[in-house]
Amino acid sequence: MGKIIKGVILGIVNVVFIWIALYLLSAEAYLVFVLLLLGALLTNLLFIVPKGYPYRYLLPAAFFMILLVVYPIIYTVYISVTNYGTGNILNKEQVIAQLEERYVRDTGSPDFSFSAYRDPQSGLWFLFTDSEGRQMVGHSGELTFVEQGDPLLGQLAGYTELTRVDVAQSLQELQAQSFSYDESRELRMRNINAFNLYEQQYSYDREKDVLLEVQTGTLYTQENGYFQAPDGTRLTPGFRAVIGFDNFRRLFGNPQVTGPFARVFGWTVQWALLSVATTFVVGLFLAILLNDPYLRLRKLYRSLLILPYAIPAFISALIWRGLFNTELGVINQILQATIGSSVRWLQDPLWAKVALVILNLWLGFPYMMIICLGALQSINAEMYEAALVDGATTWQQFCHITMPLLMVSVAPLLVSSFSFNFNNFSVIYLLTAGRPPIVGAQTPAGHTDILISYTYRLAFESGRGTDYGLASAVTLVIFLITGVITFFNFRFTGALEDVSKNV
Amino acid sequence: MYRRHSFFRGLWRHAVLLIFVVFALFPILWVISASFNPSNTLVGQSLIPKNASLANYREIFTSEQYPIALWIKNSIVIGLITSALVVAMTSLAAYAFSRFRFKGRREGLFASLLVQVFPQMLAAVSIYLLVLSIGKLIPALGINTHAGLIMVYLGGAMGVNAWLMKGYFDTIPTSLEESAMIDGASPFQAYYMIILPLARPILAVIFLLQFIGTYSEFILASVLISSSEKYTLAVGLQLFIHDQYASRWGVFSAASVLGALPIVILFMFLQKYLVSGLTSGAVKG
Repeated sequence: MGKIIKGVILGIVNVVFIWIALYLLSAEAYLVFVLLLLGALLTNLLFIVPKGYPYRYLLPAAFFMILLVVYPIIYTVYISVTNYGTGNILNKEQVIAQLEERYVRDTGSPDFSFSAYRDPQSGLWFLFTDSEGRQMVGHSGELTFVEQGDPLLGQLAGYTELTRVDVAQSLQELQAQSFSYDESRELRMRNINAFNLYEQQYSYDREKDVLLEVQTGTLYTQENGYFQAPDGTRLTPGFRAVIGFDNFRRLFGNPQVTGPFARVFGWTVQWALLSVATTFVVGLFLAILLNDPYLRLRKLYRSLLILPYAIPAFISALIWRGLFNTELGVINQILQATIGSSVRWLQDPLWAKVALVILNLWLGFPYMMIICLGALQSINAEMYEAALVDGATTWQQFCHITMPLLMVSVAPLLVSSFSFNFNNFSVIYLLTAGRPPIVGAQTPAGHTDILISYTYRLAFESGRGTDYGLASAVTLVIFLITGVITFFNFRFTGALEDVSKNV
Repeated sequence: MYRRHSFFRGLWRHAVLLIFVVFALFPILWVISASFNPSNTLVGQSLIPKNASLANYREIFTSEQYPIALWIKNSIVIGLITSALVVAMTSLAAYAFSRFRFKGRREGLFASLLVQVFPQMLAAVSIYLLVLSIGKLIPALGINTHAGLIMVYLGGAMGVNAWLMKGYFDTIPTSLEESAMIDGASPFQAYYMIILPLARPILAVIFLLQFIGTYSEFILASVLISSSEKYTLAVGLQLFIHDQYASRWGVFSAASVLGALPIVILFMFLQKYLVSGLTSGAVKG
């Protein structure tokens, strides 16, 4: 029975492997193909060798974790030292191919007048006449010189000739046509009246790894992901290339990037601290009130107060955005009615931050309340009785019994909450989207952007194009900070010791 | 610390609690009210809607330009598939970590702990590029496919859950499996027929937590999904309401109520587990 199951599973897995391998081969992705082959071998080995038994259980989880967590982290490190982004999206091969496809008009070229025809299969035919009256027929990239009375001319006469209006309408199609004239030159459309001779603008020398501009003889060498002339002119597009620590240098050295980055960083820390502090203070306060066994309706209060926690945060954030709406939002209506003035919630840098903290308080205090309630209930009541006998005031009891005992279990959660809010993308992005923008910043940065939303905007929605390289550099900074915080939290809670004790 | 107090001395507590109840409930009630308000705008809304109607809810199911009902369905389907696969895969891994002794076990446990340090969404850029290139080889798993999105979620969910589940498996005594194996059961049969049924509570909790997490996930879905009929609710709702509060508030509110409902219901079920889970987490980290 077990053997059959094993055989079936291995069979299915191998079929999937072969299927993907065929895909990879047809796509000529040989490196991935080799990796897949190694993976397939390892899998089969684990299923055949008895010693591999435990690993079979780990395979699926390990596969997804390595592919979609570990690999992206490593890849982030790699991108952070490249110039990947708008202007440098393609790889070098593609850029060379694109540059070699460029043609410039041969300055001495005469005009070739033309008439265009369509055959019944709607293929395009041309009849060119050069300045000396020689005629040639062009079709699908090839030119044929014709004399008077050539059968080709008779063939053309049978097709529909394009009028000037037709030509204007299918201009794009006509402009895409090119016919090789001699070894280095091509016939291409110059304007609606004439074709001209064009020659290749650049040619790539594979051995010397330089690009030659044919007409001028300028040599372009590669420099930081661009082909660059001796006078410093760069050809666009550039290509993806490793540029070392330039992104980090920009992040910490270029005032127009560093300024906004420092402000974003400062607000990220403030935001995380404020979020933890406000939610914890309110949560603890409510927990102490609700922990009172003599309080009437405490169960009802608890279930009502917990409700904000039950609603998906993205919905809550969008709802609050409506409530905070400056012109029409209910909060400003209430402020108008009570104190007679309203607040520019989402346009003013300070008030936008206040709005965020209020929203996050609403989202987060129930969680703090729940964990504080749990922690309070585990504190032995006899402690308070003893304190009472010694004549301690309520405040003294709170400071010397409640807080220290509470912190033992709650402090690690506060740290986790700090790192969670440090990266709390959806709340920021959905309420303010990082706005209002910081004036004069070279990168898209806003007053309420935190590092993670800043990264997102760098990578996916900058008006000036994407900058994956810089975005990945910022991501590494976040990794570093989150990593350090969590490491200390693990040390504090002893999670690492749990592993090393091998529980 | 607490003493029995007279009605009036207890009054301030109720006053304070009531203020916070208003704070907690007001946005919810306001949105529920707006969802029944046929005027579909922020302007002049009152807490109790005049001539309440279901027009906004009807709009959700009939609008062709903004198929909100479809987005909710997408979110639920993606959440269910992700959660089911996560539970299946992590329970296998957790079983191995809990019951077998093998080379690399400690390192594996450590890795699953370490991976939690780096939330997957931080690597959104490289995940996007990765899925882009996977899509070139296997279009069914590429950008703008639900399968691709689910695949990404699977990767991110392994670390935490394997750790949690292993902790629970450790508390199940091994004697039952041992006697089953004496009767000739294979370790896989022991896992399938003994451990899984006994571990049903933790499987349910992880399934539900994963469902809630996937349902609410925004950043990866917004990066990976780009066409309207494939949006999850989180992505679609944001684009639907984006700066259109004056003209779409009613329909948005109805969508919010409807979209939050599955999660609120699940949450009510889970509350008991959550409370105990969160506090035991406090001790264990």
